[in-house]
Amino acid sequence: MDDSLDFVEASKITLNGSLDLECGKTLKTVELVYETYGSLNSDASNAILICHALSGNHHAAGKYKGDKRPGWWDSLIGPGKAIDTNKFFVVCPNNIGGCHGSIGPSSINSETGDYFGPDFPIITVKDWVRSQAMLSDCMGIDRWHAVVGGSLGGMQALEWSRLFPKRIKKAGIIAAAPKLSAQNIAFNEVARQAIVNDPDFNEGRYLDKNTSPKQGLKLARMVGHITYLSEEAMRSKFGRELREEKLNFGFDAEFEIESYLRYQGDVFSENFDANTYLIMTKVLDYFDPASECNGELADAFKSIEAQILVVSFSTDWRFSPERSKEIVNALIEAKKNVSYLEINSPHGHDSFLFNEQDYVKGLASFLKN
Amino acid sequence: MDTIEVIKNWIDKESQVLDLGCGDGNILNILTKELGVTALGVEINQENLNECINLGLNVIQQNIDEGLSNFSNKSFDVVIMSQTIQVLKEPKQALLEVTRIGKESIVTIPNFGHWATRLNLLLSGRMPVTGALPNNWYDTENIHLCTIKDFEVLCSECGIDILEKRFFNGSGKEKGLTQIVPNAFAATAIYKISK
Repeated sequence: MDDSLDFVEASKITLNGSLDLECGKTLKTVELVYETYGSLNSDASNAILICHALSGNHHAAGKYKGDKRPGWWDSLIGPGKAIDTNKFFVVCPNNIGGCHGSIGPSSINSETGDYFGPDFPIITVKDWVRSQAMLSDCMGIDRWHAVVGGSLGGMQALEWSRLFPKRIKKAGIIAAAPKLSAQNIAFNEVARQAIVNDPDFNEGRYLDKNTSPKQGLKLARMVGHITYLSEEAMRSKFGRELREEKLNFGFDAEFEIESYLRYQGDVFSENFDANTYLIMTKVLDYFDPASECNGELADAFKSIEAQILVVSFSTDWRFSPERSKEIVNALIEAKKNVSYLEINSPHGHDSFLFNEQDYVKGLASFLKN
Repeated sequence: MDTIEVIKNWIDKESQVLDLGCGDGNILNILTKELGVTALGVEINQENLNECINLGLNVIQQNIDEGLSNFSNKSFDVVIMSQTIQVLKEPKQALLEVTRIGKESIVTIPNFGHWATRLNLLLSGRMPVTGALPNNWYDTENIHLCTIKDFEVLCSECGIDILEKRFFNGSGKEKGLTQIVPNAFAATAIYKISK
């Protein structure tokens, strides 16, 4: 299970045609960056699409030459792993609106020659799924063996099964929710306020002005990061450990958790685009398939034909097991093929990134059939 | 005919079947393959869940003792509860739920009135440990064992109709005294019930 992929490389593609977005605007040209692992078989029946979460990207597995750290889901994707690249052809694109190579706010708008910046349209999960379907067309994949994702990625897998029932055999919906709660939206709003009130934000035109709202982005990430960890994980990892062995009666980072969050925030703000972060949080806030059916989730699932696996984690309080059960129960009500696993894990929302035995085994069995 | 044969005979082809406490999915797997039923299992044990998924079955991780309100009235043609009711905290509630969810239900119980259990208690003066009930009182999962008579009385108290019943000896056969005095000679009883 420890096998890792050889060095991987990203590819770039311009999709055929334009993309009409849910907000009413159109992206005339759509450039997507993506990675693939494994080989597509002759009848293109072994392809698995990986959908990334809020801060994720197309680098899901393996390492780039010279890198020490592998992609964000390397624990699950690789030869002999749950998403077995010896059997499956795995595709992971960077979503539109992202900041790692696919068209997004930090791309140049070909019509104006300037950065999109704050003019980049607000994207929805549906827009992503449609763009991924266009990518499937380009790659000659009529039907995915599976679409799998965690958190916001799980929402895309769910939307795939609703929107393109004939093009997806299985959906793995991990640590997701059928919509955000008021509390979830509240955390997103704190993150957005942190960004837009950074003096360097310049109403989103920071690239033109050669500034960078790093402080805001750092704060946004710090708040987000707290919601990804469980109380238990934080306690066991940091407790009340001090960096120096005494209190300094000041406001520097004294507790280990403070320095950890600051560090995570700093690293993130160096590598992520603030406008992308704003859009990603909006994608989350807007996701609500039941709203298309008078709030009846089971009705929103009528079109689904895929076999579905829903997985939740015991200590996840961002999208708790109760939220996954809402999806499961609506699928049962709609008489769809659904399995559900509630995995004991100490890692909170981030559990979906970890190699938890029951989770990995369950997902591997589900994908195998 | 063994219990699984009986269950197969009691279920129509292509029915919608819910198995509460489905274990490793053995019954559902047979029903899916041989009768083409649409199957859903409910199970709590992680290894069993994985076995079910391995077999390609739909299975939900859920503790029956925490309620079954997520299943609506008469939403399945048949609800199976096989060798499960005796491990539940509230067997009466579970029985009512089973008959609420299923148009018909099939319940299998181990019979505590079996002569070997009675004799074991009579002679040793201790809680019976037999082939069918192999664990000591303090480490058994079976916290609500009953006899055939007990089960039938509970059904009647709950207004549940017993549509059919079959009795089996310890070797899974419907033979001899098992059929004449089931409460003393059947090791297992299987009921088709509805409400």
